[in-house]
Amino acid sequence: MDVKFVRTICPYCGCGCEMLLQVLDGKAIGTVPSKTNPMNQGKLCIKGWNVHEFVHSPKRLTSPMIRKDGKLREASWDEALEFTASRLREIKEAHGGDSLAFLTSAKCTNEENYLLQKFCRVGFGTNNIDHCARL
Amino acid sequence: MTNSIAEIEDADCIFVIGSNTTVAHPLVAHRVYQAKAKGAKLIVADPRRIHMTLVADLYMQQKLGSDVALLNGMMSVILANNWHNKAFVEERTEGFDKLEELLKDYSPEKVSEICGVPPEDIVKAAELYARSERSTILYAMGITQHSHGVDNVKCLANLAMLTGQIGRPSTGVNPLRGQNNVQGACDMGGLPNVYPAYQPVIDEGVKKKFEDAWQAPLSQKVGYTIMEMMHGLEDGSVKGMVIMGENPVGSDPDTNHVRHALQSAEFLVVMDIFLTDTAELAHVALPGACFAEKDGTFSNTERNVLRVRKAVDPPGEAKPDWRIICDLSTRFGLPMSYGSPEEIFQEIAKVTPSYAGLSYERLEKGGIPWPCPSADHPGTPILHKDRFTRGKGLFHAIEYRPPDELVDAEYPFQLTTGRFFPHYHTGTMTRNSPTLDREMPEGYVELHPDDARELGLKNNDRAKIVSRRGEVVSKALLTDLVEKGTIFMSFHFMEANANVLTNPALDPICKIPELKVCAVRVEKLKEPEAAVAQE
Repeated sequence: MDVKFVRTICPYCGCGCEMLLQVLDGKAIGTVPSKTNPMNQGKLCIKGWNVHEFVHSPKRLTSPMIRKDGKLREASWDEALEFTASRLREIKEAHGGDSLAFLTSAKCTNEENYLLQKFCRVGFGTNNIDHCARL
Repeated sequence: MTNSIAEIEDADCIFVIGSNTTVAHPLVAHRVYQAKAKGAKLIVADPRRIHMTLVADLYMQQKLGSDVALLNGMMSVILANNWHNKAFVEERTEGFDKLEELLKDYSPEKVSEICGVPPEDIVKAAELYARSERSTILYAMGITQHSHGVDNVKCLANLAMLTGQIGRPSTGVNPLRGQNNVQGACDMGGLPNVYPAYQPVIDEGVKKKFEDAWQAPLSQKVGYTIMEMMHGLEDGSVKGMVIMGENPVGSDPDTNHVRHALQSAEFLVVMDIFLTDTAELAHVALPGACFAEKDGTFSNTERNVLRVRKAVDPPGEAKPDWRIICDLSTRFGLPMSYGSPEEIFQEIAKVTPSYAGLSYERLEKGGIPWPCPSADHPGTPILHKDRFTRGKGLFHAIEYRPPDELVDAEYPFQLTTGRFFPHYHTGTMTRNSPTLDREMPEGYVELHPDDARELGLKNNDRAKIVSRRGEVVSKALLTDLVEKGTIFMSFHFMEANANVLTNPALDPICKIPELKVCAVRVEKLKEPEAAVAQE
């Protein structure tokens, strides 16, 4: 039996409560608020207390999917990335970089947000990048 | 936020406007209650009788979209009574004369006719806020999601500057960010007009700096905002779209239009952790990792940069989004070979002046609020202490404008939107959490009992709500949380999503849509229709 507690941050609202994810044999099975954190001082809201529940949901997307004959079908990473890269290249070549648009994410990490805007601005020479800050 | 969350606890007066704090930011609400227990006065202004109003010393139920009038009214009272901070206005601000001139037209009596708040309450609010030693403003999307959202925010800034309630502990103008990393997504340049740290794309020097850092030519043209992207997809100027971790079909106004726009894309790729309504429209859907499955940082509403740590492996073939972007970029012809999120963060610190002094090593001890310009800088919990970013704080004289869509004979109700306590945004995470789903498995429309009686609706009846953009069916809940003539819905439930109805009219400056007010009609569903809806 392998048990550990991993110190991390709640993914819901902008409060940024610190929590310990309880992990048993590779599965997140519980959430405990961090008592020493000055922000949440040992407390969480109802969403925070239950945050581990969606992590292992059977409805998670677990494989790349490509649309074939109108339906999304499972594909390998190789196939999905190659197809995506070539379609993006084709559109950029045919219509210019400004014909592409990117939505980055208020739910992803700073590192991921930084990379996606860099990919958009360097790869396509466009500033067509936004996210749901207004929503 | 200009100040930190912990400081709320020591405020003498807290003014909550357009924020359902107990539901959307429970741990901020906790600080408000702590402050109350220490003797602080609480003013709440909200068109809906939210939970926080139960403990408020003063509750003002302003009409939807009348905030500018209400705030101007408070400021006119403050001036008339000489409650403003003359030294602060003199030393730290400019543009006061224009504001003073404008406020002559906003007597509490006149304002009361626009916003429906009794004049004596406006006077009381003005006095409490202006004359308390430390007053703080908390606001959220109830202030910003209007076609005059920028005006609303500028009025709050005016109020804080006029009274000198900014730049000191437990004061300030504090927007409560709705999403864990909406602050960070903005800080990182996930916006069409700025690079990381809000450096403008139209600035020649900034462009040169990033061209040197990234070794590539860049565009000096401001890009499209979300709503402009959607229009671009429809008129053909945008052909392809890459979406990471967002569900615009659920979260953007006028769902039918957004769906149509995304369906018009020649190529749509979506990275997400679930097959959302948006991902279902994609040509390629890529499985990302959730917060528990990767390392990185989030920046919270206090600008605190916080470490996120990997606890478990992603399911199946899923991968962290940063790895997906590296792989995709490399195949596209732009090699990216970052070995870890920490390596990416080191590059961020190099090009983002407000993050320059941050490192994973420093963040190990706990969050640090930006600006943090150097490795020995402790971070900045309070902004605008001795000066504002632009030097002197600028007053804006702002006239009241009504919402974009007003009620009429055909659409006689006003719809406003928000969250319910167990759910979050488009429900992707909370509705897949069994405990939260059990709390509220389905949404409802809140309407006033008097209105319900006239429509022949009882609790749990199916109501059809129709706007100029679409219609949805939802269970009715009779409650005086809403005023007569107003109804409330959430956008957590895709099968009855308020955003099918909401108005995509935009604020002219920041392009935020008017999600908080639109005109609708409500009908009782006829029996056969109700039976179908029940299924």
